Amino acid sequence: MELVTPGIGLIFWMLLSFTLVLIILKKYAWKPILQMIKEREDNIENALKSAEKAKEEMAKLQSDNEKIINEARKERDIVLKEAREIKDKIISDAKVQAGVEAGKIVENAKSLIQGEKMAALTDIKNQISFLSVEIAEKILKKELSKDASQKEYIESLIKDINLN
Amino acid sequence: MILLLKYCRNIFLVTVLLFLTTKIWANETEVDSTKSEAGASHEKAFKPGDFIIDHVLDNHEWHIAKFNGTHISIPLPVILYSRSEKNQGLHVFMSSKFHHGEAVYDGFKLEIEGPHKGKIVEVNEAGEIDETAPYLIDLSITKVVLELLLVFAFMLWIFLSVSKAYRKRRDKAPKGLQSWMEPLIIFVRDDIARPSIGHKYEKYLPYLLTIFFFIFISNLLGLIPIFPGGANLTGNIAITMILALFTFVITTVNANANYWKHIINAPGVPWWLKIPIPLMPVVEIIGVVTKPFVLMVRLFANITAGHIIALGFFSLIFIFGEMSPGAGYGISILSVIFTLFMTMLELLVAFIQAYVFTLLSAIYFGLATEEHH
Repeated sequence: MELVTPGIGLIFWMLLSFTLVLIILKKYAWKPILQMIKEREDNIENALKSAEKAKEEMAKLQSDNEKIINEARKERDIVLKEAREIKDKIISDAKVQAGVEAGKIVENAKSLIQGEKMAALTDIKNQISFLSVEIAEKILKKELSKDASQKEYIESLIKDINLN
Repeated sequence: MILLLKYCRNIFLVTVLLFLTTKIWANETEVDSTKSEAGASHEKAFKPGDFIIDHVLDNHEWHIAKFNGTHISIPLPVILYSRSEKNQGLHVFMSSKFHHGEAVYDGFKLEIEGPHKGKIVEVNEAGEIDETAPYLIDLSITKVVLELLLVFAFMLWIFLSVSKAYRKRRDKAPKGLQSWMEPLIIFVRDDIARPSIGHKYEKYLPYLLTIFFFIFISNLLGLIPIFPGGANLTGNIAITMILALFTFVITTVNANANYWKHIINAPGVPWWLKIPIPLMPVVEIIGVVTKPFVLMVRLFANITAGHIIALGFFSLIFIFGEMSPGAGYGISILSVIFTLFMTMLELLVAFIQAYVFTLLSAIYFGLATEEHH
């Protein structure tokens, strides 16, 4: 029977010490422990979440990068193409320009040559006329009053020269 | 268990210290032990029933061993409040004054036989029990009370240092003692409190954690046969009664209108079970009381049964030993194997009973605070 009869002393001590221990542990152990565990769990969850987010962001950044690179590549291709076109155009333009210029130079040269030739011819003509005059003078000196037919012949000669 | 192993060095030191102090007292008792040695020739026959019950029950001294007729035990303080004319008032002295029940001290005697066995009684001048004396209030620090205080001191030490570790190592991985305790704390929180109580679990968590660790540590200490273990703490009805009482009070105080409505006017029950004879309300009210009562009995019976079985196996050694020493030695092998098995089982029971008591308390809190839906 004693086994199932609670003793008054034991009830008293259990009630007293259990209440005290419950209060002390609640205030100084359970509350801070549970709070810290919760805080840490929240922290870990947040960290995991932000890691996930960072990963996503990284992936996004990477795809963005790819896109940018692709765009840049395209742009480069366009630029290169344009440059090639410009180059070709410049070359062809230059060629045309050069042709025109060359034509001009040739023309100039031709006219210059023509001029020179004319001058030379004039000079020769003058020389010839001078020589002719001299010759005529000499002939005239020799047979001025002699023969009218000779004079005629000289004149025809000069005429021939002049025609040239 | 592992936890205990870790701190067994500290426990060992404490035990050694206590042994040193008891040694002095053991010398003191040697005088009268010679006296009892004369009567040792008519040594009582081994009574397994008494042996077992003595170990399971509370005691005014912490008996460790009997060596060469000398009892090695830790004397415990006796605190009495008497209301009789002769001994009116408070009496505080050590239980060693009783000399194991052989001496009368200050008008009190420790009975070792008869209906008051193990109790302190008031005696008259002739040294006989004063049956007319009013009820003696015995607030002595008995074996179980000392064990109780040791468990509480142990708990305070563990959890205050764990709490300190948490504050010091904020947001860091647990370390040392902290990492031993954290899985258990999280177990109580996530597997007992949260599923049973619901979103209001945080309010009840300090109580649930306290009873869980109190029962668990007490059960484990009860498995250690020598001081500071060995006292049958959770197998004592007064202890389980107070625990159940706390659960009952917390349930009743926190109960909401929905809970009371279910008791007085249970919905979904035919009206003729309530009027004119309030059958269902009566059954429900009985249920309110039986719940904590069952909690009290379950823990008490499980732990006491474990102790009785283990002690029963040991008793076999002495029963056979009385027949012939050879049989005693022979059976001791079997007994040790059985006791080993029982202790392993009791390790499991120590945890399961702590779990069950805490879980049921949590379920009762959950029922009392359940919202209507």
